[in-house]
Amino acid sequence: MAKKPIGPVRRVFAPWKDPNAVPFIEFRNVTKRFGDFTAVNNLSLKVYEREFFALLGGSGCGKTTLMRMLGGFETPTEGQILLEGQDLAGVPPFRRPTNMMFQSYALFPHMTVEGNIAFGLKQDKMAKADIEERVQEMLRLTKLQPFAKRKPHQLSGGQRQRVALARSLAKKPKVLLLDEPLGALDKKLREETQFELTALQESLKMTFMIVTHDQEEAMTVADRIAVMEAGEIIQVATPAEIYETPNSRFVADFIGDVNLIEAKVMETSEAGTKLQAVGEDFQIETSQKVGVNVGASVWYAIRPEKIRIVLGEEPLHKVNATSAVVWDIAYLGDVSIFHSKVGEDHTLRSTVANVTRLVERPISWDEQVVLSWDGDAGVILTS
Amino acid sequence: MSTETSAKPKRTIGGWLLIAVPYAWLLVFFLAPFFIVFKISLSEVAIAIPPYLPTFDISAGWQDFKDGLSQLSFENYVWLTEDALYWKSYLSSVTIAGTSTALTLLFGYPIAYGMARCPKAWRPTLLMLVILPFWTSFLIRVYAWIGILKNEGLLNQVLLWLGVIDQPLVILNTNIAVYIGIVYSYLPFLVLPLYANLEKLDESLLEAAEDLGCPAWKAFWKITLPLSLPGVIAGCFLVFIPAVGEFVIPDLLGGSNTLMIGKTLWVEFFANRDWPVSSAVAVILLLLLVIPIVLFQNQQQKMGEKDA
Amino acid sequence: MRNGPTWFNVTSIALGFSFLYLPIVILVIFSFNESKLVTVWGGFSTKWYASLLHNQQLLDAAWVTLRIAVLSATLATVLGTMAALVLVRSGRFHGRSLFSGMIFAPLVMPDVILGLSLLLLFVAVDQSRGFWTVMLAHTTFAMCYVAVVVQSRLVGFDKSIEEAAEDLGCPPAKTFFQITLPIIFPGVIAGWMLAFTLSLDDLVVASFTTGPGATTLPMKIYSQVRLGVTPEINAVCTILVCLVTLGVIAASIATKRQQIQREKDERAAFGAD
Repeated sequence: MAKKPIGPVRRVFAPWKDPNAVPFIEFRNVTKRFGDFTAVNNLSLKVYEREFFALLGGSGCGKTTLMRMLGGFETPTEGQILLEGQDLAGVPPFRRPTNMMFQSYALFPHMTVEGNIAFGLKQDKMAKADIEERVQEMLRLTKLQPFAKRKPHQLSGGQRQRVALARSLAKKPKVLLLDEPLGALDKKLREETQFELTALQESLKMTFMIVTHDQEEAMTVADRIAVMEAGEIIQVATPAEIYETPNSRFVADFIGDVNLIEAKVMETSEAGTKLQAVGEDFQIETSQKVGVNVGASVWYAIRPEKIRIVLGEEPLHKVNATSAVVWDIAYLGDVSIFHSKVGEDHTLRSTVANVTRLVERPISWDEQVVLSWDGDAGVILTS
Repeated sequence: MSTETSAKPKRTIGGWLLIAVPYAWLLVFFLAPFFIVFKISLSEVAIAIPPYLPTFDISAGWQDFKDGLSQLSFENYVWLTEDALYWKSYLSSVTIAGTSTALTLLFGYPIAYGMARCPKAWRPTLLMLVILPFWTSFLIRVYAWIGILKNEGLLNQVLLWLGVIDQPLVILNTNIAVYIGIVYSYLPFLVLPLYANLEKLDESLLEAAEDLGCPAWKAFWKITLPLSLPGVIAGCFLVFIPAVGEFVIPDLLGGSNTLMIGKTLWVEFFANRDWPVSSAVAVILLLLLVIPIVLFQNQQQKMGEKDA
Repeated sequence: MRNGPTWFNVTSIALGFSFLYLPIVILVIFSFNESKLVTVWGGFSTKWYASLLHNQQLLDAAWVTLRIAVLSATLATVLGTMAALVLVRSGRFHGRSLFSGMIFAPLVMPDVILGLSLLLLFVAVDQSRGFWTVMLAHTTFAMCYVAVVVQSRLVGFDKSIEEAAEDLGCPPAKTFFQITLPIIFPGVIAGWMLAFTLSLDDLVVASFTTGPGATTLPMKIYSQVRLGVTPEINAVCTILVCLVTLGVIAASIATKRQQIQREKDERAAFGAD
């Protein structure tokens, strides 16, 4: 891969779009079984140098297993894992150029902060002065200088997290693996740390791979996200792509809040696709082209913030619009979520930003409303 | 997320060595001796060194081994069934151990319960006080009772002085003294697992029971006792199994008519120098204990799985 | 605590503990008895302790016992720690259930069977009995106790700490000595202490496996007790009880202190976020 200066102009960093780019890490048809349980199922994945890559999925989806195989803690049942083109099979963890930040932090309780950070460097038989220098650098980087002589139990949760980070960074690994690194922190600290992580990754120009179940975290830190389910990758894309154009109902539902409308394809043309909502009297028109026949069953996924809600009896045309009755309103401070009944058994959610101080709701319970949206605001899903 | 390691991890030479060394040690010093005991239990007593026949000499070759094999017999086992002393010893060992276990439970349950219901700050101290006697010599603890229980001992002196009795009680050298000795020596074995169990009991369960209209004493029978059963069972096994084969307590506190199999084995071995018969006694005792030991292990394993 | 300790609880604890401790207290008191009759108080005296110093046989036995206890406890700690690692870490292997069976069975096996079987083993291989055979016998049953103590420490051990060490370039064997061992060390020490006192205490197994010239202290005490209760034996017992009690109390105070310090540190660190 050509080493372009990757700095503030982050948007241009997209090696996965370059057909000539050589992957830095590659999983080739990797399968991992524990007895009868298949944790990772015939999975292939390419990650590029200097990428911040996130594995996102629910508990038991195989994301941690995938990362542990890269770290060398699990051996794939089938398939290959390559780092810089080298097959990692048979290389024990202590010889791999990857370092991991553990979910439990796994700090050595009998060593000081310095001792923890220096541990990996000592294994490499680095000169004493160099170790000292690198430890100081890491302490500075993670703002841990005042705590250098403390032991892990004398630190707060956030400080421990930074020690774990400093320790895994100290050896300047080719890949830093982060296993739910912020899971134990409270919400506010977690958000701060997410931005610190991104900044760190950019300044160190290293490849990071993070495992998380928190979609917000994945979207904040990662260049690309792989959404996993039952040992398989469902979609790999940038956070924006994942959110705006999910490739399946699973991804649409997993990331953020979504309305899924069951529909039948009425018409396909150069201009786009026309859908009829199943069991309802409105249609959907988008410029999206789908490779399915007329009459096929599809789903139309649209985010709640993309549905407009206004008081009114009936829309002019029931295309990308429908009438509904407000059934419930949840006031969340910054936004309000309206649950509106469309027909007998469907509800659509729409979020409205509370741009003024809420004194009196402009729209209230049981009121007749019109819901409308831009056809291209949503996406047609065939799986 | 599952971080479980695979069922059969790849092992390095070091990993194999780690298993091999303690394994080999136990095979040689724990398992192999049982086979030797079994073999000798089939031999006959002789005035020789060692005092049994046949002896196998590995260097003498296969023929000699086969000759020796043909000399083995179950005579000693037949002898065990013929002489009433042995089966009476077995029976009385089991009865004494069973009775003592019941007494230990009766005495130990309130202690464990009381400890578990104590303010949290006291518990570590109380726990240490239960464990402490376990660290002091078993022999010394049994010995201490001789001075208390004998005819002119402290207990009789106190009772006479109080006027409760006018004749000294004969306790030492009776089965009662053996019961006291076993209860005393094995009490910590019962209290510890039981306490560990009772301490874990969620107090809100009792509150829920009371809230639902169950009086406190009934809540104990309906909630606490059933939930503490695993602890009770573990504790009882830990008392019963070693008590069956006990030697020091019946020897020092029991009388000449206190029959316990451990003592019988000891006498057979040291006084009568009949190694084959004492081996046969040991084999039968082992068989007798295998059942409770296996039951105990299964129960422990089940509890371990439940905790995991 | 909901109701605080009830009268029933306090009474049962008080009765229980007096039952546990009264005999030992009485034994200690009567070791300072002037009279030769153990049960009649004849005034305070330390003469029995002085006479111990001139009882060469008893001192020899004590010395033998001490050497056996130190050696067997050390060997048992090494083997027992290995066994605990196998039980917790090695996963499945052929004969695993036999292995765990052999670890747990000696804990409940009657001493007479252990002693007899080991003696017959030594006879079968034509090993002359004495100091070393007792040492080996004690190692065998003590290692099982050590294994159980260390195992309980290992079970609560975060395995990812070891993985972290390996991840940072530390080979497995080195990881054990640099990371695992220091962390489980309190358990290993407790195991050693247990093995030491078990060896110090053992009468039955030693009686079977010993030979000429290797009489241990419990054997000596036992043979004298059979002849009757004497204040001299009370004095020996008192010394043993005091040593062990001091050891255990010192150890538990040390752990308690550490724990308190730790809690204080953790409280101080809390909220620094």
